[in-house]
Amino acid sequence: MSDVSDESLRLDGNAAAGLLAEIFPFEMTSAHTSCAGCGQTRPIGALLLYGGEMGAILRCPHCNCAQLRIVRARGRYVIDMRGVTLMQIETTTQA
Amino acid sequence: MVAIRPRLAWQRTTVRELIEETPRVRSLVLDAPGWQGHSAGQHLDVRLTAEDGYQAERSYSIASAPVEPHVTITVERLDDGEVSPYLTDELHPGDELELRGPIGGWFTWRPTEGGPLLLVAGGSGIVPLMAMIRQKAALRSPVPVRLLYSSRAYEEIIFREELDRLAAEVGELTVEHTLTRSQPEGWSGYNRRIDRAMLEEFTWAAEERPLTFVCGPTPLVESVATLCVEMGYAPERVKTERFGPTGGAV
Amino acid sequence: MSDPFVSRGFQGRRQRAEAAQRLPPGQYLVEGFPVLSAGPTPRTPLDRWDFTIVGEIDQPRRWTWDEFQQLPHETITKDIHCVTKWSKLDTTWRGVSLDTLLKDVTTSADYVLAFSDGGYTTNLPLEDVTGGKAWIVHEYEGAPLAPEHGGPARLLVPHLYFWKSAKWVRGLRLLAHDEPGFWESLGYNNYGDPWKEQRYAGD
Repeated sequence: MSDVSDESLRLDGNAAAGLLAEIFPFEMTSAHTSCAGCGQTRPIGALLLYGGEMGAILRCPHCNCAQLRIVRARGRYVIDMRGVTLMQIETTTQA
Repeated sequence: MVAIRPRLAWQRTTVRELIEETPRVRSLVLDAPGWQGHSAGQHLDVRLTAEDGYQAERSYSIASAPVEPHVTITVERLDDGEVSPYLTDELHPGDELELRGPIGGWFTWRPTEGGPLLLVAGGSGIVPLMAMIRQKAALRSPVPVRLLYSSRAYEEIIFREELDRLAAEVGELTVEHTLTRSQPEGWSGYNRRIDRAMLEEFTWAAEERPLTFVCGPTPLVESVATLCVEMGYAPERVKTERFGPTGGAV
Repeated sequence: MSDPFVSRGFQGRRQRAEAAQRLPPGQYLVEGFPVLSAGPTPRTPLDRWDFTIVGEIDQPRRWTWDEFQQLPHETITKDIHCVTKWSKLDTTWRGVSLDTLLKDVTTSADYVLAFSDGGYTTNLPLEDVTGGKAWIVHEYEGAPLAPEHGGPARLLVPHLYFWKSAKWVRGLRLLAHDEPGFWESLGYNNYGDPWKEQRYAGD
């Protein structure tokens, strides 16, 4: 769990689900990423979302590493994923 | 079940009915012919377009259970909001509304996933959790559910009457309120912000390995999620949906 | 469905006419002061804070908080414009001009990269932070700059979009070659002139 501090603006990775759905043809908030900063693996929905209207900055709640950074503008998506070493996407879910 | 989903497209829906839940909160019941169904906890995006082409988009949690025939969102009017006052005050039945969804697969619950469930809501954070409760009721799921709901005042409790009725009628559903700013005369419930003592009195022991969903203003969500983990809940079984600073009461 | 969709009765934000001339294209006025961050708010205690100028420089410079407070200060009132379209007019700040900080510096650099606690960076041409165009400020409207707005100190470069006014700034790196910062690397405009509406790369 992240530090409890005066961070009333931040959201969960789940709030980026719509943006991720524009890019990936999968349900991405339950996809898992491994963090380049600390090695921990967790669902994208459990990352912390910053950036507001400027873009989506998804950070590791353990070490604060910016795993995914996404800006959508002028007909293009710019995606920086240097903070992710591995991404795992399930193509089937349990019924 | 396959997690590959069709491209999310904007669809036109028609407002069927508007329900005043509290003075600041409206539910919008929608006719959405293109709707493919959803899971409890998911949200949808609404897009408004002005005559000069200017557009604004916002996300709203789906309040209706997946088995219900119409998609319903429940919106709290934010005083400085650009979109919410339009949805709560301007829309009439018969108006069209563009939306896309459902969105989000991590903060969801199906009764087949089991429990027991701890649901903690602050203000309008009740909305996605209400979809879960409504789904449990509609399917008569035996999964035990406990809801702890924080509001500023009695009049601001969203879905109050329905929650009272469901708590009385539905097996294995317990609802507890805490009112943090003002309480009606004779109020015997909690009257403070959610803290460890309140959670320990109300919720499941860690050994029961509950699934926890916490939704509402970011400070409340972070505080409660941290308390759950301190009480021994497995962090991966505590799911949060932060609404940001203006997520309603408390 | 080929007819364009219009939400009946939706207006969106409209600006007051008298302010419109002072606003760059596409901006609207706000009353409050919106907060937007790329990460959590750093909390550097003042006894650990310093400001440094490094890189393409004769001798790196460093000021502790106390040393910084001893430098000549200015109070300035400026309009600020965020790339997310909000603007505030006549905002008042107090701090130290970059001309003061760079006064005795010898450099052949043409660019700077401002760097902050938490890892944020933004790049500017050196000539855009000199000649009375940029400050390191630590007071806003007469009170110490709040952490969510960049306190203890932030860069202030009001003639460019406000993402260039790096919050929680800790120093400048002088560079011979331009190096895109945090948002510039993600497709935001490398320069960011609000009057030319340079929001994104290619604008």
